[in-house]
Amino acid sequence: MIEIDAISKAYGDVTVVDNVSMTIDAGSITVIVGTSGSGKTTLLRMINRLVEPTRGTIRIDGEDNGAIAPHELRRRIGYAIQGHGLFPHRTVAENIATVPKLLGWPQDRIDARVEELLKLFQLDPVAFGPRFPHELSGGQSQRVGVARALAAEPNLLLMDEPFGALDPVIRAKAQDDLLAIQKHFGTTIILVTHDMEEAFGLADRIAVMDGGRLLQYATPTEMLANPATDFVASLIGTAERPFRLLALNPVEKAMEPGVAEGEPISGEASQRDALAELLWSGRPALPVTGKDGIVAGRVTVDSLLKQARPA
Amino acid sequence: MRVGLSFLIRLAVLLALATFLARPEWFASLLRPLTENGAPPVYVQASLLSLTISHLLMVFAATIASTLVAVGLAILVTRESGREFLPLSRSLVNIGQTFPPVAVLALAVPMLGFGTWPTLIALFLYGLLPIFENTLTGLTTLPGPVMEAARGTGMTGWQRLIKVELPLAFPLILGGIRLSIVISLATATIGSTVAARTLGEVIIAGLQSNNLAFILQGGVVVAALAVLIYDTLVFAERLAAQRTGLNRTA
Repeated sequence: MIEIDAISKAYGDVTVVDNVSMTIDAGSITVIVGTSGSGKTTLLRMINRLVEPTRGTIRIDGEDNGAIAPHELRRRIGYAIQGHGLFPHRTVAENIATVPKLLGWPQDRIDARVEELLKLFQLDPVAFGPRFPHELSGGQSQRVGVARALAAEPNLLLMDEPFGALDPVIRAKAQDDLLAIQKHFGTTIILVTHDMEEAFGLADRIAVMDGGRLLQYATPTEMLANPATDFVASLIGTAERPFRLLALNPVEKAMEPGVAEGEPISGEASQRDALAELLWSGRPALPVTGKDGIVAGRVTVDSLLKQARPA
Repeated sequence: MRVGLSFLIRLAVLLALATFLARPEWFASLLRPLTENGAPPVYVQASLLSLTISHLLMVFAATIASTLVAVGLAILVTRESGREFLPLSRSLVNIGQTFPPVAVLALAVPMLGFGTWPTLIALFLYGLLPIFENTLTGLTTLPGPVMEAARGTGMTGWQRLIKVELPLAFPLILGGIRLSIVISLATATIGSTVAARTLGEVIIAGLQSNNLAFILQGGVVVAALAVLIYDTLVFAERLAAQRTGLNRTA
């Protein structure tokens, strides 16, 4: 659990983070969104003390992060940034091994961990381990960057626009991978982005920042139903609201008994995908399959439309 | 094929140089047309080989000292705590460069006497600037995300310097050392005016006795050494730059 307690950062007369308090549950994904200059990156960097706060405290699992030596604190916290920041003079394997090496892990444990992570990120350890960063594509570099951040098995992973430099297709894949990896390790993730789509796609809770202040800190559904300010509403995008809401819930929640023609859709797919499929194929209903792959019911345009407004 | 050809040319230069230094008398008939009144075509007052070795040793000793001081100074002024010394060390190093080596010799001889030391000091001062400026460039133009990652992974200041900053700046530092060595190879010749044992001795003897053959053999040996060392270091820099994956050279 991360407790951010009345934290502020000022550079001279300019306050970039203004009295922000929030509590982040262990094992959750929190996304901090805001325009550039909103203070979101500064807030993130105060957690691993790349920036020292002017006032306030941050506690990680009850321990004041100001009481831990900065370099030791950072070895415990994963950190992935935009443009990956891989060390260009070190191989992929050496890059991933950075923090375990600093922590003095035995070599065989390091090797095993590097191999495990490369496999997890769908990079063949034999082919990619000895490569240098300039021999990787953008998507591969980004994966190695996240693997490096996770190498020392941190409970907490900070990510500063980690997918900012990726093209849309690879970006969507990277986001899916992140969700899978978060499930696998149960890591607490705090991610900064300016992309609302990304925030709604990943977050258990979203924190909206503007001018150094925390405007709203809520689950995506709450935020759609009750945006705290006009700014939050405009960030969500009025026209996007029904689709964002549909995207948050699985098809099975809108499923009703009955039969329908044609290709079925998985009950775990998002309601937005189901609606898109219905609209595009011109069908009135879709068969829905359960976890076992057997058709369990159907979903209709009407039932989906009912879900597209806050209850 | 062009790489192969340029390599062969350098190999030929090296072989010719080695032959000339080992057996200068073999070239006597070649050099005789440059002499007048039956003057000797080959310098024999001292062995050319030993003069060359002494010349090189002096240059290398001075360059090692320049490197240690210049790199150390550049590291110091790029640390948080040493930043305020940057203008001061820039001026100091610049003075070393603007002061003519001849003047350094003239000032050093009364203090240190004739011989090797005044020349070493002149070469040392003269060699500081290229190494200092290149190291400074190398350490201050490191890619932002890489430095951010170095801090974010929990490296201490010392670990960042040793594991990230110096390895990435290395090709540029090597570039500075190369410039410094080449300047020193040429500058060392004037050391012979204050009795340092360098190839300048041959050139000065040629000037004093109006013997073009002496001037030419002294000058050509220095020039060949400079070209060969320069090319070797350029090659080493390319390798180092490839290794860093950054592709930055001076």
